[in-house]
Amino acid sequence: MKLVTERREISSPLLRFLTPIGSIAVALFVAGFLLLASGVDPLAAYKDIIVESLGSMYGLSETLVKTTPLIFAGLGVSLAFRMQIWNIGAEGQIYIGAMAASGVALFSGIDNHWLMLLLMFTAAFIAGGSWAGVAGFLRARWQVNEVIVTLLMNYIAILFVDYLVYGPWKDPKGFNFPLTAQFTDSARLAEYFDTRLHSGFFLALFVALVLYLFMERTVWGYQIKVIGSNPKAAQYAGMKTGTTIFMVLFLSGAIAGVAGFSEVAGLQHRLQHGISPGYGYTAIIIAWLAKRSAIGVVIVSFLMGVLLVGGDSLQIYWQLPIALVYAFQGLILFFLLASDFFVQYRIKLVKGGKYA
Amino acid sequence: MLEILLDATVRAGTPILFATLGAIINERAGIINLGIEGLMLIGALAGFAGTHASGSLLVGVLAAFIVTFLAGSIHAVITVQLRGNQIVSGLAMTMFGIGITALFGKGMVGQTIAGFERVAIPLLSDLPVVGKAVFNQNLLIYFSFLLVFIIWFFFYRTRWGLAVRTLGENPAAADTCGVPVNLYKFLAVTVGSGIVGIGGAYLSLASTPMWIENMSAGRGWIAVALVIFAGWSSPKAMLGAYLFGGITAMQLRFQAMGTTVSAHILQMLPYFFTIVVLVVSTMRLQKGASQQPESLGLPYDREDRK
Repeated sequence: MKLVTERREISSPLLRFLTPIGSIAVALFVAGFLLLASGVDPLAAYKDIIVESLGSMYGLSETLVKTTPLIFAGLGVSLAFRMQIWNIGAEGQIYIGAMAASGVALFSGIDNHWLMLLLMFTAAFIAGGSWAGVAGFLRARWQVNEVIVTLLMNYIAILFVDYLVYGPWKDPKGFNFPLTAQFTDSARLAEYFDTRLHSGFFLALFVALVLYLFMERTVWGYQIKVIGSNPKAAQYAGMKTGTTIFMVLFLSGAIAGVAGFSEVAGLQHRLQHGISPGYGYTAIIIAWLAKRSAIGVVIVSFLMGVLLVGGDSLQIYWQLPIALVYAFQGLILFFLLASDFFVQYRIKLVKGGKYA
Repeated sequence: MLEILLDATVRAGTPILFATLGAIINERAGIINLGIEGLMLIGALAGFAGTHASGSLLVGVLAAFIVTFLAGSIHAVITVQLRGNQIVSGLAMTMFGIGITALFGKGMVGQTIAGFERVAIPLLSDLPVVGKAVFNQNLLIYFSFLLVFIIWFFFYRTRWGLAVRTLGENPAAADTCGVPVNLYKFLAVTVGSGIVGIGGAYLSLASTPMWIENMSAGRGWIAVALVIFAGWSSPKAMLGAYLFGGITAMQLRFQAMGTTVSAHILQMLPYFFTIVVLVVSTMRLQKGASQQPESLGLPYDREDRK
């Protein structure tokens, strides 16, 4: 008697739909033991997460506020995923996008609301795109590993924003805190229902729709998919692989950069130290969980928004470190990867010897 | 002046050296490990907690090795036995490591221990220029010298080393020759992870004998890039690690001298240079000068053999 694994001819769609949900459930279960080990009642903590993030209008609005940058960054990362390109640098692209948008808001002196927002958006788009474009160029030209380049550029981006807010851009009236002066009203997005929910959220949904149409309804989107799944075939078909790699990473970073615009124009109204608490890293999980679908990105971003708002409440009520959310996200990924195996393979008990 | 700088170079380079060596062992067996950053943190906390509880530095280092060996086994099971995506699993490990050490390290913040002290080797430490930097260091640094040699010897002078290298090049061939592919891959990932953990322990037991949340600060990622620079060879890893130790040492020196350049800009240098080095070494790789394991990153399934 021996256990063997056998590849499934067809993986069932039901199984493929259930595994992400199952992975989150198992990760919650295991994380419960981590909470227990640090002296926290997991059930009470989980209840707090749900109540805080979904139990009131205010909680829900806060969840949507956190969902907003996650959708942008998640869309960016997932676009690159389509082509089997890894953009691990969304975090840095958010910072650079936020910096570019803030530069326009602080120094352009434009009064017109729409012109100002348009310029801020464009600046963030181009800056985030160029930041990722460096990795895209290196990858397309010399096959330099884009995982390492995009990741290392995060550190540089964050340090550069720190340099600005601790140095030349620091608000002289800011009591020496690492932040710039507040934006004028013309550089602020609309807010709704007396909450912090801003129009960036609807912009994020709109971008998701555009990307969906782009990927599913245009030749360009089709090319990206072909190059991703079979680069050799794409080359034989005369598609420009190198140029597309650069363009996709540029666009990927540009969309993540817009998250930076949305954060400073909609929420913070200034550039400051720690403008993103790791949205760019959460975006990688979102893209992976969403299985490259734009609609999926929106749904998973919302789930992660719940987790982030919940994580804040765990910090406040249980004095748990906010980085706990990372441990939880890591666990989800572990279980998701493990469960993928059971989607692709079945395990059978067979009789007979080793080579039967 | 040069003596001081060389000494600081070795000290700053050692944690990166351990991490690079561990990553080389992983990748030689064909498994990419992007969890180095998280494993370093796990090693740093385990090492500190072990020493804090027992009062012994040796116990701390062993604890770091064992705990990261176990953490590495998660990556090993997912990538080897379950043939999962190596990149995602590694990223998950980094996130998991950052989170779990923040959670369990909370009680260790502000605690103190007696860290590793210098042990001068008689006569040799009196050599001009290099004497102090090489022969008046702590035991972990001497151990890292030894490890560079052991890993080189293992890969190029033993049968097992050859078998592990074959796993990274052509696992099907190794399988045909009767090498237990999955077992060896599993061990390469876990032992490599354990060595990364010792690099983490160096941070919390030697560099600054205390636990600080997220104290690896990107060194794990620099190590991942240095593997390519080193062409998957342990002696070259030493060169790479000290290059970065040197940049870090100079950056600290500049700050200490009270330069007008912002500290934030100076702190960018190691990351910036890592990218430059990565680009240059990849260009060399294109010209066929290096030896990236042929099946690096690919899952192995016996059924797929042709």
